[in-house]
Amino acid sequence: MDRIPILRMGNFLLVTIQVDLYDRLALNLESDLVQMVSKTGARGVLIDISALSIVDSFMGRIIGNIGSMSKIMDAETVVVGMQPAVAITLIELGLELKGVSTALNVEKGMALLQHKIGSSEDLEEDQDDSSVE
Amino acid sequence: MVIQREQDVVPFRNRVKEYAVKIGMSLVNQTKLITAASELVRNMLKYGGGGEALIEAVSKGRENGIRLTFSDKGPGIKDIQQAMKDGFSTGKSLGLGLPGTKRLVSEFDIKSAVGKGTTVTIIKWKNG
Amino acid sequence: MKVEISKLLQKKRKQILEHWMNNQLANDSLRDDLLGNDDLRAQSEELLDAVVKTVNNQNLEHGLSAEFDDVTEILAGISISRARQGFSPRDTGIYIFGLKDALLKVLQDEIKNDPQTLYDFTLRISKLVDSFGITTFETFIKGREEVILRQTDEISEISTPVIRVWDGIVALPIIGTLDSARTQVVMENLLQQIVDTGSSIAILDISGVPAVDSLVAQHLIKTVSATRLMGAECIISGIRPEIAQTVVHLGIDLSNIVTKASLASALKYAFAMINLEVRKSQK
Repeated sequence: MDRIPILRMGNFLLVTIQVDLYDRLALNLESDLVQMVSKTGARGVLIDISALSIVDSFMGRIIGNIGSMSKIMDAETVVVGMQPAVAITLIELGLELKGVSTALNVEKGMALLQHKIGSSEDLEEDQDDSSVE
Repeated sequence: MVIQREQDVVPFRNRVKEYAVKIGMSLVNQTKLITAASELVRNMLKYGGGGEALIEAVSKGRENGIRLTFSDKGPGIKDIQQAMKDGFSTGKSLGLGLPGTKRLVSEFDIKSAVGKGTTVTIIKWKNG
Repeated sequence: MKVEISKLLQKKRKQILEHWMNNQLANDSLRDDLLGNDDLRAQSEELLDAVVKTVNNQNLEHGLSAEFDDVTEILAGISISRARQGFSPRDTGIYIFGLKDALLKVLQDEIKNDPQTLYDFTLRISKLVDSFGITTFETFIKGREEVILRQTDEISEISTPVIRVWDGIVALPIIGTLDSARTQVVMENLLQQIVDTGSSIAILDISGVPAVDSLVAQHLIKTVSATRLMGAECIISGIRPEIAQTVVHLGIDLSNIVTKASLASALKYAFAMINLEVRKSQK
């Protein structure tokens, strides 16, 4: 079964969705991610969807779910890199992803997460270059 | 194209995309069309137990577009008007599927008979 | 006696052309300033040849059928070239209907002693030439429509420039009415620019929008929501008093959106958001 890899970066979990999602994959991601949050005690989750060409109501719901689930486990979620066409489509669909923070790119997303958590701990740098498999 | 399993959805989306690119549809409209298609295919799998999807290029006057027809032989929809309302769902979802899909496309038509199945036809014009 | 229309026309081709030319030359509306006599003759001959080649007893009154594609093409060509040369659609119409007179005159001479057949063919030829006339009008209008369509596209592209006002701040002044088609263009341009420039703040200036009704407001709200989904903040500026009045009277809720009266105050707000400060320089 295909799985979306989840990378750990200090206090944060980083997910880069590189393939087109089908429902089962999205559901797996949801449960894997929640497991990871609890296992690692991560304080923030960053989901990069820049490679996703479509997000429909189901995937939108999954993203919302991840946000809410992480929230009650005391972790913030930031979705980054949404394509303009995807944003327009979601709005038209009536899905505003309320309760999920968004940022333009990974860099801004990280800054936002750090700001939200208010942690002064320094992130070990140059770790994010480790390959995305 | 026959859709029976979840894994059929991704290749189907790619096929729709190919058609949309061929007629020169803009990226935003492509995305809207594919999203709509994705919603309807999910409905078909979830409520209709799979079915058939048909992709056609159509034109009316100067307008070109893509027509998608989804038909299943599932239980059908009892109250279409209710199903088309925002926030209504018999399954555990947001209830945005049908009404949201309608907002994404240019033309939307749904026919359903209880016990016989449901057919949904959508058209997205290149510039619509 | 059975009359083969195609044979008859072929035999009388020269004569028809002569009649037609004479008709035109005699007509007051002849525009020899726009098209010389030789060219006119060549054009007429080409059309007549195509007609004569195509017609037969069966298809005579079906001027819009596929068999007449060649003729239709020539007609379209004539209509377009004439429109460019400055002929009015009326001139072109008279030109085509001149062919009818010529054809009918020849028929009259040929089928003198069979009134029934003459009547029959007269009717059918009239129909045929009428449909030719319609084709020229249609082509003319189509040409015009293309021009209008192209201009519409150009206008919608020109009218939505996205300006980079500062590092990380883009602004988009909207001028003119905001309908759903334009909103889409505006949204696309704005969001694309946000991605391209990596801006985190977008200012939508609506001082150039004549009126805001609930539909326009909805479009604005959509744009703001889409910007937020991308991870940027959107400020709407340029709310004139009249617009504020209508918005409140219509009961539109803009409280979730940051609104500013002028572009200047929006910019100030944006600076504050990215912790920038503008000061007078000390001497």
